Amino acid sequence: MNHPQAAAAFLKDQARASWHDETLWYVRDKRDAASKRLPEWEDLRTLASDIKEHTLSQLDYYLEKFEEKAFENGIQVYWAKDAAEHNQIVLQILQSKECKALVKSKSILTEECHLNPFLEKNGIAVVDSDLGERIVQFLNQPPSHIVLPAIHLKKKEIAELFHEKLGTEKGNEDPKYLTDAARIHLREKFLSAKVAITGVNFGIAETGEFVVCTNEGNADMGVHLADVHIACMGIEKIIPRRKDLGVFLRLLARSATGQSITTYSSHFRSPRKGKEIHLILVDNGRTAQLSRSNYRSSLKCIRCGACMNTCPIYRRSGGFSYGSTVPGPIGSILSPGLDVKKYSTLPFASTLCGSCTDVCPVKINIHEQLYAWRQEITQAQGWSGKELSIKLAKGIFTSPLAYRVSGKILRAALKSLPHSLIYHPLNAWGKGRDLPQPPASTFSEWYQKNRL
Amino acid sequence: MNSRESILQAIRKLPREKKNLPELPDFGKNSDLLAEFCQSITRNAGEVLSLEDFQEWMKEKNFKKVISLVPDYASLSTQAMPEDPHALDSLDLAIVEAPFGVAENGAMWLDETSLCHRVLPFIAEHLVIVLRSAHLFPTLHQAYAQLQDASTGFGVFIAGPSKTADIEQSLVIGAQGAKSLWVVLVD
Ligand code: SF4
Repeated sequence: MNHPQAAAAFLKDQARASWHDETLWYVRDKRDAASKRLPEWEDLRTLASDIKEHTLSQLDYYLEKFEEKAFENGIQVYWAKDAAEHNQIVLQILQSKECKALVKSKSILTEECHLNPFLEKNGIAVVDSDLGERIVQFLNQPPSHIVLPAIHLKKKEIAELFHEKLGTEKGNEDPKYLTDAARIHLREKFLSAKVAITGVNFGIAETGEFVVCTNEGNADMGVHLADVHIACMGIEKIIPRRKDLGVFLRLLARSATGQSITTYSSHFRSPRKGKEIHLILVDNGRTAQLSRSNYRSSLKCIRCGACMNTCPIYRRSGGFSYGSTVPGPIGSILSPGLDVKKYSTLPFASTLCGSCTDVCPVKINIHEQLYAWRQEITQAQGWSGKELSIKLAKGIFTSPLAYRVSGKILRAALKSLPHSLIYHPLNAWGKGRDLPQPPASTFSEWYQKNRL
Repeated sequence: MNSRESILQAIRKLPREKKNLPELPDFGKNSDLLAEFCQSITRNAGEVLSLEDFQEWMKEKNFKKVISLVPDYASLSTQAMPEDPHALDSLDLAIVEAPFGVAENGAMWLDETSLCHRVLPFIAEHLVIVLRSAHLFPTLHQAYAQLQDASTGFGVFIAGPSKTADIEQSLVIGAQGAKSLWVVLVD
């Protein structure tokens, strides 16, 4: 895949591109407002980061503890080293239940493993039950955002799609009407499904329980009506204690959409009487990422999507331009870890403005990791068409001090760069809309000032 | 070596720096919890009712199929709890009681011991949660301190009606779960 080319394609439809940009900026604004309502916001970020750092430093211990507790609770635990093994485990469970159709709520991990096409090849029908995911599933597309799967679509397109798939009135674009139609359609699926799949937001080592967060209620509708619940969980989703959920649930929804909490935060500890819960712990590149000291902390990610909403490149190029399951700044760190050749352009899809790092609820130094990937990729590729910008970057980034100073210069430049430069036809993602106001101070400046 | 062992081995062989697990502060505060809770519920598109308003509202709505699991309002039930949770599909209203709520976000805890079927608060068209106004915590931290020893198989924080903004970011209330949430505050 090639990010600049894909971004240019996205920007051809200028009206849509600027709608996309503005809408995500609006979500980012809501996140800011929600975070400012909590005086302890920065303390929570630090705690969340420290809890995750601690967990990653003893991941083997916590995984074993989680497995032991979950087993005691009556949950069947499986381990999958990669996507293929994960998919095979799911298939085996389904086959043992003679299951031909299932409902699935949002799970980025199953997208990463390409579970849907695999199951369909094996004769099993999968219905994604989150509204946005159902929409993109009807279109045979992947989600374009990890929290807002259909953010790239306009209601006119969704109305046309629902007219064709669900028999809604032609031309009726009312979101309420369309949501109602989907509700009726999905209700029928929930009532007939014998197996439901969910992702996992947090697995708690102390209790062996896991937590799933949704606004629609689709995960719960699926699993509480089915006989079998299959939960798919990346090994980095572990947290040590139940009370740690207080920290993470306070941060997650506020960072994602500006809500103070998702409508539903469901805690699964044991199956209903006579029913089953199967939980699959998946590696798929995570232990490899853990071994890369530069990028290890990317595993702290709680998939809130805030770094996407704030990213000037993501907003202007769309999720599909990244060609990876997790797009945006964090995806540009995770994806090269899976296949550095395929995703070599992603770490360059950034202005290194640091806005992602500033909003990240678990304090991942996203832009510094993007820069580290650039260095590795450039060294591996030799001087290329990127020569100039890399040379510039090399000069600027030789020391942390120089880096901080350069950030200041960049922010000043953003304020004063002439429009003609930002909106130059060669600057793909600058097209279509004004750049956001650069932040008055970086997080590190802010922190220096405020830490006492 | 099976996958379990190979994953654990891969982790064990990495050099590691010990990082401490932080203790969590309480973050409690002495604000007007009731006012903050009501504001949170409204922000989440739920509604808060007094007991009188609730009685009025029940008369006005005249729901056909109601299940109440709150002993004080058992008489509001129009039917018994079915054996099979799928039979709850046509239920108009479920009335349940939450042991506590959280002021900062409107979340109320329900666990399966008080639900009969786990799906009840999701599948009902409308949901009423009865809550004692004194049973409020400022933040989730105090709520989890309360839950420290709870060990039921399923529990959920519910903070509003089911909702989505997946179509052009327009907020629509009533996605796959309950279409409205009413919190009845009692003394
Ligand atoms: S990297 Fe941080 S901001 Fe981005 S999705 Fe993950 S947790 Fe959210």
